[in-house]
Amino acid sequence: MITLNPSNKIAETRKLGTFHGGVHPPFHKDDSNKPAIKFAGIPKQLVLPLRQQLGSDAEPCVTVGENVYKGQLIAHLNHHEGALSANIHAPTSGTVSAISDHAIPHPSGLQANCIIIDTDGKDELSPELPCKPIGDYKTIPQNNLLERIQQAGIVGLGGAAFPTAVKLAGSQNSKIKTLIINGAECEPYITCDDRLMREKSAEIISGIKIVLHLINAEECLIGIEDNKPEAIEAMRLATVNETHIEVISIPTIYPSGGEKQLIKILTGKEVPSGGLPSELGLLSQNVATAFSIYQAVIEGQPLISRIITVTGNGVLHPQNFEVLIGTSFAYLAEQAGGTTKMADHLIMGGPMMGFALEDDNIPIVKATNCALFTSSTALRESNPAFSSQATMPCIRCGKCMDVCPANLLPQQLYWHIRAKDLEKAQQHNLKDCIDCGCCSYVCPSHIPLVDYYRFAKIELREQRIAQEKADISRERHEFLLYRKERDKRERDEKRAAHKAQLQAKKAALAKKKAESGDTTETAKDTSKADAIKAAVARAKEKKVAREKEPPKGSERKRSAVRKNNKKDNES
Amino acid sequence: MTILTAVLILVGLSTVFGLILGYASVRFKVDGDPLADKVDSLLPQTQCGQCTFPGCRPYAEAIAKGEAPINQCPPGGETTMLALADLLDVEPLALNEEDIKESDMPEVAIIVEEDCIGCTLCIQACPVDAIVGAAKMMHTVIESECTGCELCLPPCPVDCIIMKPLDTTIDNWKWKQPVATEKTYPIIPIALESEAK
Repeated sequence: MITLNPSNKIAETRKLGTFHGGVHPPFHKDDSNKPAIKFAGIPKQLVLPLRQQLGSDAEPCVTVGENVYKGQLIAHLNHHEGALSANIHAPTSGTVSAISDHAIPHPSGLQANCIIIDTDGKDELSPELPCKPIGDYKTIPQNNLLERIQQAGIVGLGGAAFPTAVKLAGSQNSKIKTLIINGAECEPYITCDDRLMREKSAEIISGIKIVLHLINAEECLIGIEDNKPEAIEAMRLATVNETHIEVISIPTIYPSGGEKQLIKILTGKEVPSGGLPSELGLLSQNVATAFSIYQAVIEGQPLISRIITVTGNGVLHPQNFEVLIGTSFAYLAEQAGGTTKMADHLIMGGPMMGFALEDDNIPIVKATNCALFTSSTALRESNPAFSSQATMPCIRCGKCMDVCPANLLPQQLYWHIRAKDLEKAQQHNLKDCIDCGCCSYVCPSHIPLVDYYRFAKIELREQRIAQEKADISRERHEFLLYRKERDKRERDEKRAAHKAQLQAKKAALAKKKAESGDTTETAKDTSKADAIKAAVARAKEKKVAREKEPPKGSERKRSAVRKNNKKDNES
Repeated sequence: MTILTAVLILVGLSTVFGLILGYASVRFKVDGDPLADKVDSLLPQTQCGQCTFPGCRPYAEAIAKGEAPINQCPPGGETTMLALADLLDVEPLALNEEDIKESDMPEVAIIVEEDCIGCTLCIQACPVDAIVGAAKMMHTVIESECTGCELCLPPCPVDCIIMKPLDTTIDNWKWKQPVATEKTYPIIPIALESEAK
C-alpha cells in the first residue's frame, strides 16, 4: 500500500494528451525486468571510442603505456568552436595499451579511434579525484554545477548521447517552466530505466532536483508507461514529499518515449516542426541521465558506467547490468549466461530503432542502452528489415500513415525517395521523421521504410555538405581570379611607375643641362650633328661615285670570260 | 475638345509612367545575370573545365544564355543535371556514358612527396589555391580544399600527383539505398497478431 500525496492525486486525474498513431509491438519486457541490476564486473580490456555521440572526437590526454586510475580523465572534450563532445574517464584502473582504430558500435561497422585500457582488476581510485563530491549543491554557483556536469562527461543516456551540459546551458537562457523526465522506455525488450527507477528512485529524484535548481524550473513531470507499475510505485514513494515533482502514469504505446511524443502526452503541447521544446518552456531529460547527474554532483563520480539491458532469446539469463563503458558485447553475453543457438543477431538498442552489429567484439558506449541477442524470427515480428520474406510492392493501403507519430505520409516519402526525388521528400517534412519504425512495423508488404528514410536523410546531409564545400570552392576560385587580376594590375602599375620614373629622370637631366646654360654642350651637340651630316654626305658621295664607275669586280669577271672565249677559239 | 482632353491626359499619364519606369530601370538595375548566378550556385565548383568551359562560372553563363547543354558537368553527375533541369524547366538529358562514375566517393589529389621536385607548376594550375609549396620545396595538397578537378595532373613534369578517393569514415559514411527486391509473388495474407491484441 502506498499513500498518495495531494500532487499525486492530481496526477491520477490529470488529463493526458495523445499523439497521432503509434503501435503495440510485442514488448518482451518481462524477459529481463525481474532480476535486480548486477554489476557486470571488470573485463580484461576496455575500449573507449573517442567519439561516443554525434559531433567531434574527444582529445586524448593520456599516452600509451600510462597507468590510469578509476575516474581519471583520459580524453577531454574538444574545445573548438561548435565542436560537440564530452569528457571520457577511465572506467577502472589499468594501463593504456593503445590509442588506435578499433571497431565501434556504428551501423557502418567501421573502425574509429579508441583508447584501449588493459585493466588491472584493482579498481583503484585516483588519489586526487577529478570530481570531488559536492555536499550541498544549492550553496555553489549554478555555473560551477554546470561545469561539474560537463567535467563528469555526462551525455543524454536515452540514446542520442547529446552532451547534457550543452543542453542545460542552452536551457538556462530560455525560460524553462517544466522539466520533463522521460521514464517511458517504450522500446520493446529494454528495461534498464525500469530497473533503475525501481532500485534508485531516491537518487533519481535527487538528480532531478539538481536539474530543477540549475534551470530554475517550477515543476517536473515524470512520464512512465503503465506497463511498469513497480517503477511508478517506487518513484511515487520517492516523491511523496515533493509537491512540484509529479509522477505520471501514461498509457503503453510505442513510441511514447520519443521526446516530442512524451511532451504531447504529458502537457498536450505540440513541439512545432523544426522547433525545440525549450521554445515551449520545456526541457526533457532521461531518468538515467538524472541518475548520472546525481552521481556526478553528490557522489563525485564521472560517467564511467551505465545500466544496460542484456536480453533476447539469444542469451540464457536476460537481465540488467551495471556495465563499465568500453566493455565488449561478447563479455556482456558471457555475463548473461552465454549465447544460445538462437542468437542470430546482435542489436544495439531495441528492435525498432536499434541497429545490427556484425561482431560482438565491439565496445558498449555511453549511448548503449540495450544489447539484444536475438533470433531472426523474434526480430522479424517487430522489424521487417530483418525479414527473410521478399518485399512486396506498396499497395498504398495507408497503414503507415495511420501509425506515424510524427504525422507524416510515409508512403509518399517512400515513393519520392525511391524515385530519388529527395527534394519532394524534404517538402513532405522528412526531417521530422524520428526513425521510430512504426511504418515498417505495420507495412503489409514488408517494405523496410525506415531504411529509405535513413538513406534519404544522410543523402540530404551529404548534399548540404557538398553545397557548403562548393560555396567555399567558389569563394576560393573567385579570390584566385581576383588575386591574379590584382597581381597583374600591380605589376603593370609598377612597370608604368618605373617607366615614368625613368622619363622623369631623363627630363630632369635635360632640364639641368639647359638650365646650367652649358654652351659647350650645345656646341658639342651641333658639332655632333654636323659630323653626322658630314658623314651622311660622305656616304652619299661615295655611293654616287660607285654608281658612275663600274665596279672592279665585274670588270675582272668580264675579262676572264673573254679570256676563256679566246682559249676556246684557239683550241 | 473632349478628344483633345483625353489625348492630353493619356499623353500626360504615359509621360509620368515612362519617367517612373525609366528611373526604376536605372535605379534598380540588376548587375550581371541573375539566372547565371542561380545556375552557378548549383554547379559543384570544381573548376575542372571538363564541360569545355574555363571554369564553372563561364559554363553557368553559357547555360543561362542557352548556349550549352545541361549535361556537361561530370563531377556534378545526375544530381546536378536534374537540379539544372528543374531550375531551367527543361527536359533532363542523359549524361555522357564516359562521365558516369563507378564510385560516388569524391576524389582528392595527393602529391607523392618523395617524387616532388618543387616546380610550382601544379600550384599555378590549381583553381582553388589548394596546393601549398614554394620553388624547389616540396608541395602538398590541402585535402579539405581540394575539389578533385585533376587540373594539377597534366602540368606535373614528374607525374607525382595521384588521385585518391576519400576514405570512408564514420563522418562521411552513408546508408545504402535499400534495393527494391520486389518479386511478383501471389499475395500472401499477413496476420498482424500484435495489432489484434
